Amino acid sequence: MSFKFSRKFFLKTGLLSGAATMLGSLFTGGRSVQSGHSDYQEERSPNKDEPHGGMTTMGQVDHKRNGFDPHKMLTDWDTGQVSTLPNGQTLREYEIVAMDKEIEIAPGIFFPAWTYNGRIPGPTIRCTEGDRIQIHFINSGSHPHTIHFHGIHSAAMDGVPATGPGMIGPAESFTYEFDALPFGCHLYHCHSTPLKRHIHKGLYGAFIVDPDPTLHPGHEQAARSRVLGTDENERWQEFLILMNGFDTNFDNENEVYAANTVAFAYQNKPIQVDRNRPVRVYLINVTEFDPINSLHLHANFFDFYDHGTTLTPTSETIDTVMMCQAQRGILEFSFEGFEPGKYMFHAHQSEFAELGWMSFFDVVDGEVSV
Amino acid sequence: MNEKITERFPKWLWIVIPVALLLGSIAIFFATNPLEPLGVQAPPVEEVTVERTILDEDGIHLTVRVNGSEPVKIAQVLVDDAYWEFTQTPKGPLSRLSSANIDIPYPWVQHELHEIKLITSTGATFAHTIEVAEPTPVWSMQRVWAYILLGIYIGVIPVGLGLLFYPYLKTLGSKGLNFLLTLTIGLLGYLLIDTLQEGLEISQRAAGVFNGTLMVWLTTGIAFLIIFAVGRRGGQAPEGLSLSTYLAFGIGLHNLGEGLAVGAAMASGEAALGSFLVVGFTLHNLTEGIGIAVPLLDRKTGFGTFVNLTLLAGLPAAAGTLIGAFSYAPHWGAILFAIGAGAILQVMVEVGFFLNKNTRTGTWFTVPNLAGFVLGIAIMYGTALLVNV
Repeated sequence: MSFKFSRKFFLKTGLLSGAATMLGSLFTGGRSVQSGHSDYQEERSPNKDEPHGGMTTMGQVDHKRNGFDPHKMLTDWDTGQVSTLPNGQTLREYEIVAMDKEIEIAPGIFFPAWTYNGRIPGPTIRCTEGDRIQIHFINSGSHPHTIHFHGIHSAAMDGVPATGPGMIGPAESFTYEFDALPFGCHLYHCHSTPLKRHIHKGLYGAFIVDPDPTLHPGHEQAARSRVLGTDENERWQEFLILMNGFDTNFDNENEVYAANTVAFAYQNKPIQVDRNRPVRVYLINVTEFDPINSLHLHANFFDFYDHGTTLTPTSETIDTVMMCQAQRGILEFSFEGFEPGKYMFHAHQSEFAELGWMSFFDVVDGEVSV
Repeated sequence: MNEKITERFPKWLWIVIPVALLLGSIAIFFATNPLEPLGVQAPPVEEVTVERTILDEDGIHLTVRVNGSEPVKIAQVLVDDAYWEFTQTPKGPLSRLSSANIDIPYPWVQHELHEIKLITSTGATFAHTIEVAEPTPVWSMQRVWAYILLGIYIGVIPVGLGLLFYPYLKTLGSKGLNFLLTLTIGLLGYLLIDTLQEGLEISQRAAGVFNGTLMVWLTTGIAFLIIFAVGRRGGQAPEGLSLSTYLAFGIGLHNLGEGLAVGAAMASGEAALGSFLVVGFTLHNLTEGIGIAVPLLDRKTGFGTFVNLTLLAGLPAAAGTLIGAFSYAPHWGAILFAIGAGAILQVMVEVGFFLNKNTRTGTWFTVPNLAGFVLGIAIMYGTALLVNV
């Protein structure tokens, strides 16, 4: 019945109001400029200061409304609530809440996402090898969810259906507990079925385990440089870059690709780096639907540590790395002696690059202004 | 009782009361939202149709029409799977049935295909394919003249040549006349189906809200009735010159549509219109000239009349090529085709009446008549093979 109503409504009101427009545009260019009301297209010009050659989205994403800023996400390591257990082990506690939330993934495009803590990617868990980790997981979403960590743990803590607690229903909760092993650059994600939907809706995040230097004789220096908060680590400019995509029309193909969720975030506002300090990128691929994603760095080369589980590079002096879904690794490079300027990096699937996964480092000499 | 009440009040009240009740019930509907218990909370239904595409040095220019349960916000534009800058005029959300221009400064590649995707705020995507990118013609005297010439080649010349058969047709006598009349009906039958088909096809490209298919059928029917009524306004069926004029008018509208298709195909680069195709149209439309001549066979006709009939039937093709080349909204194209179909139906009916009147044997359904009818269709179909690319 409601359909009938709307159809008739269209015929009556629509044809009348449409008739005027149609008459005006009959066989003409129809270039009449009306003074339209606009509440979202006001600032529709791309940032003219930044390079894009016409290939860009129009307007700005409202990071405040999203509740997270891709630039802050680069470095907002979450070390949890820290305490020491009777046996001397460090305990890190986290609270992660699954919730439904609409996220603006490109200017004006809103995606009905499922999130951990209202953000995509979820909180970047950063801990040290051997720490005890407790994740208090609360599902306040509309579907059953889990958290599956890529790490070493018992079957009951694996966060998959029908094992241990299985899928955690809406309004239910569970505490995942395990030792942070092995060190490296890892990830976590929801493993509820249907898996594909639960991942591409946004339920994933980074799980970074810094090596314990005392356990790696011979590589102590390299290990210490990775441990957040040490003097050796202070020198490094560390960034989390998580490659993801969004299927906005649910046809099992991504309309938007991004580094850290928002299309062209680091093209429209490049990431500033000081050329005098080395750069370390924790790179994770969670892109759904496509077999691989990649990162290509312009005008420079990097050392790569696959999964971050080694202290010597698994590939030296490369400028492109490709990853399947859930593959990740650590990139180390330096712009020392480079001319200051904008250095591009992006997926070297040109398609992904032009659909949002396009970025720049703004290399400066000296302190960066955030 | 009822009559007394109705008589007691002024007549206009019986318009005011139902209208007031209608407005009242609509107001109540919107105020109370009675559909709420049904839990209708679906995302808005959206539709974006690209009605016109213009390619020039500045890039790609689209005219889009939107429809939706809520105003549609076009958030981003993709060309060949790449986000591209664009300007929308007018800016802002687009209310249902309104249209806007989207200008995309994209370096398109001549002769190649481009795929455009419009993404709305809900993430829905609407695709539009430019099959072969060619610069949209701009108005210049030279170009306008070229398109007019093209129209003359596919419209005026063949009809004129067909009419030149007149002296020969005159020698065929009464039996021959009936044969030619049925041939004409066959020809018209072909044109009717062809025109309707074109109209229905083009209506598919129009915004869904227009109900393209329904619009074509209704327009055809109404056009038929109006032209039929005009033709019969004197109380009797048109004959002779009058019938020939209606024939020329109907065929002229068909040629307008034909010109439209040819002009559009040429401008958009979809048809490499070689001289072969023009020759094909000349042969195809020659039969139309013969049809127009038939009602004049039993009377004297001056040369000037033939010239006028030729122009009436042929010249619209030139108008068609022009309109088609310089881009038009599909719903108007569909309406043009539908009017053409209605006009052709009218002459089919009138030629049928004329045939019936001209038949003394009591039955018009004879082998020669059927042969003429089939031959008319066969000639048109056969020569159409030359122009289908």
